[in-house]
Amino acid sequence: MNHDVDCMYLMKVYFGGRTVPSGSPPRAVSSLTLLHRPWLVEDGRDGVEVSQVVGALKKESLQPRTFTRGIHTVTLIPGDGIGPEISTAVMKIFEVAKAPIQWEERNVTAIQGPGGKWMIPPDAKESMDRNKIGLKGPLKTPIAAGHPSMNLLLRKTFDLYANVRPCASIEGYQTPYTDVNLVTIRENTEGEYSGIEHVIVDGVVQSIKLITEQASQRIAEYAFEYAKNNQRASVTAVHKANIMRMSDGLFLRTCREAAEKHKDVKFNEMYLDTVCLNMVQDPSQFDVLVMPNLYGDILSDLCAGLIGGLGVTPSGNIGANGVAIFESVHGTAPDIAGKDMANPTALLLSAVMMLRHMGLHGHAQKIETACFDVIRDKKALTKDLGGNSKCSEFTDAICQRVRELV
Amino acid sequence: MSTRAPTLFGPTNVPALSSRSCRSACVFLSSLHTVTLIPGDGIGPELAKHVCELFRFCCVPVDFEVVDVDSSMASEDDIDDAIMAIRRNGVALKGNIETNHNLPPSYKSRNNLLRTTLDLYANVMHCQSLPGVRTRHRKIDIMIVRENTEGEYSSLEHENVPGVVECLKIITKTKSLRIADYAFQTARAKGRRLVTAVHKANIMKLGDGLFLECCKEVASGYPEISFESMIVDNTTMQLVSRPQQFDVMVMPNLYGNVVSNVCAGLVGGPGLVPGANYGENYAVFETGTRNTGKSIANSNTANPTAMLLASCLLLDHLKLHDYASMIRRAVLSTLTETKLHTADLGGQGSTSEVLQRVMNAVQSTGPRTLSM
Repeated sequence: MNHDVDCMYLMKVYFGGRTVPSGSPPRAVSSLTLLHRPWLVEDGRDGVEVSQVVGALKKESLQPRTFTRGIHTVTLIPGDGIGPEISTAVMKIFEVAKAPIQWEERNVTAIQGPGGKWMIPPDAKESMDRNKIGLKGPLKTPIAAGHPSMNLLLRKTFDLYANVRPCASIEGYQTPYTDVNLVTIRENTEGEYSGIEHVIVDGVVQSIKLITEQASQRIAEYAFEYAKNNQRASVTAVHKANIMRMSDGLFLRTCREAAEKHKDVKFNEMYLDTVCLNMVQDPSQFDVLVMPNLYGDILSDLCAGLIGGLGVTPSGNIGANGVAIFESVHGTAPDIAGKDMANPTALLLSAVMMLRHMGLHGHAQKIETACFDVIRDKKALTKDLGGNSKCSEFTDAICQRVRELV
Repeated sequence: MSTRAPTLFGPTNVPALSSRSCRSACVFLSSLHTVTLIPGDGIGPELAKHVCELFRFCCVPVDFEVVDVDSSMASEDDIDDAIMAIRRNGVALKGNIETNHNLPPSYKSRNNLLRTTLDLYANVMHCQSLPGVRTRHRKIDIMIVRENTEGEYSSLEHENVPGVVECLKIITKTKSLRIADYAFQTARAKGRRLVTAVHKANIMKLGDGLFLECCKEVASGYPEISFESMIVDNTTMQLVSRPQQFDVMVMPNLYGNVVSNVCAGLVGGPGLVPGANYGENYAVFETGTRNTGKSIANSNTANPTAMLLASCLLLDHLKLHDYASMIRRAVLSTLTETKLHTADLGGQGSTSEVLQRVMNAVQSTGPRTLSM
């Protein structure tokens, strides 16, 4: 496949990339992009539409990437329930689209290491550390299994500190909200989800919300870098500092400090309740939102609801050391597992997000267009999208469309 | 400051708004109620004035004792006076008091202080689709019962190590049982069929787990009412796609903040929904989403509907049901006139026009009004 053609073919990005006007200075391009295509800086000027990777990688220590003649190896975690079938669907579509991706499948059932500590299998960890990029299907959290949720384990193992969820209305999948185009960036390691709870006396429980300067700085920096790399105009910090003065106050202060360093991106702050109130009335006023864990959890699901639910929402998790895991955020749907009824859109769009992160914009655009075209056509929709088709039929329709787009 | 007991005919302690303008002309001795009025900040004072005007116009037997709270003052004397006035009168109508979140933590939110000191444990907001207001979703009728005094709003924070802040969320069995009981009693009294508890017990297993257990315990005592629980993120997703599935919802403080704002947005915005805070002994009425509306203050563009409907809730609480129904009917009929819609509803009407129309509607219904 012609790697050069792919790189030269720059398209408007899914997340709302805008044209760079002529004469403007070249945009900051991630070091990963530079590694493969040092000529890209030139192409960023003079009216060429620039699409950007998801988030800038930290420039310090870029691990040598595995690629053989332009093929990128990605760790694939199919997951449970409908996970395997939607992963197969994604792999099939990628094959038809001739995406230069080699999949390395791994299982992440929790195992108990020496000392009784729960961890993910070492081969999965080694694969992720080597490949840096991962795609993950839904994982089940068994109740009373004695170990923490798998998602939590993955988060801790790779220090996935930022959860990024771009939410844009899908033309062809109608919801009452048609003008959504925002991104929620949620701090994913601390806050209300620290898991620190105590029973003080019988009938009185205390849950601790932890906010640290370090984590807040990291997420704020990331939010601004994301905004810059993806040509988003503004970043809004969501908080409740009127009530939680010290904790959200600290978060807010670090966001303000990061804003000072990135004056080209507009910054404003809004109370959580005001955001909720305005979001359901006019979501078009929001751009990039950055917030601590709990608010992020609620708001990102609220925004997913605006565009059609978890079945069509992509998500990416950015970790330390350049690790990025893209995932579908819906459940394992055990009731339809194995029945060829699942909707692979969420995993597919997350995989598209992954391609963009890796700089493979041509393939990303092709696959995404094919997916949206099939949804718009309404001829082969899965049950949750309002149709009657099987997962395999939906996948085939997308493959067919991809072939037409080549 | 002197705290004379309010006399029934003469003016009470009134710093700002003259009580003369609020005193009803045609009332009888036994039925005059004294209600504390806290104008608050932003659009609060103008809306409070409108309520007074309307009550005077309708000859409502309510005397307002106005207590101003200066939110810029560091000392808590003002809010203490307001609390004392509410203890005295038992009931209040309140605008939102601004909290400058850039002040140090020693400056506590005045609104929160009021709620916790008076133990106004239940915040109730009834969100329903109103005729005349165009929204994306129709036929919404949700009653939100939110725990109002503990949870994330306990204001207990500390920084043991520089750069590491801990904020405590407290959930107690007593308060959880109390709010759950309130929710089920309200559901029973209003003939509602389903109560949904909103929580995040999959993550906060002990805290929200306790809340959920208490709800289940109370639910078993109301067999005619169905009970279900839903995780808060799924709840918000369901609210924006199919809000008609919800009936009564009960939840701890912060989720209540989120859910009530989402629901208010779904039925048309902050200008439409009234809110009520109930305790064992006191009741305070305000707008549901508690906004100061600083940016539109004094521009005659605020929507008075929420505050007027809150005053109707107040009248219902005082058992002045006839007055409450009269005013409520007038306010809702005014809402159907699209050309009078204020900016928050997409129109260009002014607050005074809306108020005039409400008064006209009231006048056309009966002989009780005072001609101006």
